[in-house]
Amino acid sequence: MPVLSVKDLRMYYTTMAGDVKAVDGLDFEVEESEVLGIVGESGCGKSSLSLALMKLLPSNAKIIGGQILVDGLDLVSASDAEVRRRIRWRKIAMIPQGAMNALNPVFRVGDQIVESITAHADSSKGEAQKRTADLLKLVGIDPSRARYYPHEFSGGMKQRSMIAMSLSLTPSVLIADEPTTALDVIVQAGIVQLLLAIKKELGTAIILISHDLSLVAQMSDKVAIMYAGKFAEYGSSVAVYKTPLHPYTLGLLGAFADIRKPKEALISIPGSPPDLVNPPTGCRFHPRCPYAQQVCIDKEPEFEEALPGHMVSCHLWREIQRSRGVKG
Amino acid sequence: MSETGEVVLDVQHLVKFFEVRRSFSESLRGGEAPVVHAVDDVGFTIKRGEIYCLAGESGSGKTTVLRTVLMLTEPTGGSVVFEGVDLAKKTRKELKPYRTKIQVVFQDPYESVNPRMTVFDIVSEGLFINNLVSSREEAVEAVLSALKDVQLIPSDEYLYRYPHELSGGQRQRVAIARALVLNPELILADEPVSMLDVSIRAEVINVLLSIREKRNISILMVTHDLALAKDMADELAVMYVGKIVESGPAGEVVAKHYHPYTHALVAAVPVPDPEGVKIRVLASGEIPTNISPPSGCRFHPRCPFAAQVCSDEEPPLVEASPNHYVACHFWKEAFVTFSKGQDKPGGPDAHG
Repeated sequence: MPVLSVKDLRMYYTTMAGDVKAVDGLDFEVEESEVLGIVGESGCGKSSLSLALMKLLPSNAKIIGGQILVDGLDLVSASDAEVRRRIRWRKIAMIPQGAMNALNPVFRVGDQIVESITAHADSSKGEAQKRTADLLKLVGIDPSRARYYPHEFSGGMKQRSMIAMSLSLTPSVLIADEPTTALDVIVQAGIVQLLLAIKKELGTAIILISHDLSLVAQMSDKVAIMYAGKFAEYGSSVAVYKTPLHPYTLGLLGAFADIRKPKEALISIPGSPPDLVNPPTGCRFHPRCPYAQQVCIDKEPEFEEALPGHMVSCHLWREIQRSRGVKG
Repeated sequence: MSETGEVVLDVQHLVKFFEVRRSFSESLRGGEAPVVHAVDDVGFTIKRGEIYCLAGESGSGKTTVLRTVLMLTEPTGGSVVFEGVDLAKKTRKELKPYRTKIQVVFQDPYESVNPRMTVFDIVSEGLFINNLVSSREEAVEAVLSALKDVQLIPSDEYLYRYPHELSGGQRQRVAIARALVLNPELILADEPVSMLDVSIRAEVINVLLSIREKRNISILMVTHDLALAKDMADELAVMYVGKIVESGPAGEVVAKHYHPYTHALVAAVPVPDPEGVKIRVLASGEIPTNISPPSGCRFHPRCPFAAQVCSDEEPPLVEASPNHYVACHFWKEAFVTFSKGQDKPGGPDAHG
């Protein structure tokens, strides 16, 4: 049974220019100990999705429809009080984007974690301090450093402390929104290994949100490729990376430098991500798609199961596979 | 003048120390002020039409090298010889004619172009400041040709647009056009694509590659992305705490390296393949501070190959194979280990 299942989720922002359809009909499930990677470019709605999943909505945003079921509880229909008391941080927690700057510089790191525990759980300060020490140990920080201030920590250690804080109430789902941006590559590798160890040890399901295809490939069991508020492609990571079906996925893979390969030319996807107030008609990728035909402009493609467990939203995926000479 | 192979920039023994600011009471206590060894004896040469890349983590000094070549910060020691002239010995006034010949493209195109200026104003500003054009028509012509070179086509449609009407990739290309319009010999690019989305990164990279091709301009690029450096650069130098630890042909440094630090960097880069080799953390601990860098080889506290000699003696940069330099006492042993697919001496197979 999935720990998180999202059905037809829609979240729009109201602006002067009209509704921004940042999350526009997403379906997915995550099981225990599973990592779902969500890949997309800036403005595709991936961070809005993470806010919607926590029900931490900016004042001009609202969830228009759909369901977010965490351990059987629906976040969308639950009242704010109920979300605060029973779901947020307890069931579903988040490592925020730019977590390095999320710590308060004037409080000791340990105290900030203790506070997050005592604020949500019925534990005494002593218990919370013990729990904090355990959490710090779990993320690879010497518990004696709980007395340090954030400026005494390196970027990687700050990120580890934020991970410890997000785990303080043992959530079943952890959302990691760009958990390694602004970190150096060796530090990033350490954080990746830590998240994978947490998933294995605690059985936490992780939703990894990133623009980095390589990072997602390293960590994820399943991958969703997001474009303009919708999923273009969704499936097991082996399926999506080895037999990409959507032209956008193909484009991203061609634009990405791979360190194993000899020097190669990188190919960009023409144009730029669309405006979500007035997204293109039909398939939202059609203005940038090298394969686009009339049908792509006229009709929105179904999100269909092209191969077992491998979903794609493209009218022409069969023809594209054939023209690329891919078997299957 | 524009023959390929001629050295455009020759940096030797470049040193840049920054004094750490102390409070008044600390300075009364006397003694030397602590010093940040941002760049410590760095040397390299760039030939005409060559793309030279400095790679390293934050704090490695790569951006300081770039700022020093621009003479935005004065070097503490060493020489920066550009077309036969040592810029480090010039006064500010004497540097002026060189300012047009060395141009720079910054990291963030959302910050580096003025939102209140049109594309024409942004690109032409340098022409007017340096009195390179006598009329507006001349300026328009030069700007159009620069915009065409950065693939902003049809160029006349872009002239009077404002940055907010452009995407990130287009803005960065405007920034490149601004550098290009002055006909520079050398362009310095500081992480030119790290702020851009993956799907449009390639367009900026390809523009830089094409202007090198077309105008035979040399490019000194700073990046933390080794995969990108491998695809873009001819020569690649890896920096660690103010020093170059390995340099050589870019593809060779990435695929057939000698230095344990280079190996640790490459092993930490994720690959876009869920079944590929997993990333590994091969350097223990964290990057040391530049204020009191470790003795001997600066990488020794984190290095799996380290022995006594590494903390006692600083390894010289030696030519391990043609044009491929490494500063490590144990580069031969390291190379043998890496070519067996192992990460550390006597270690298990990296791929298994």
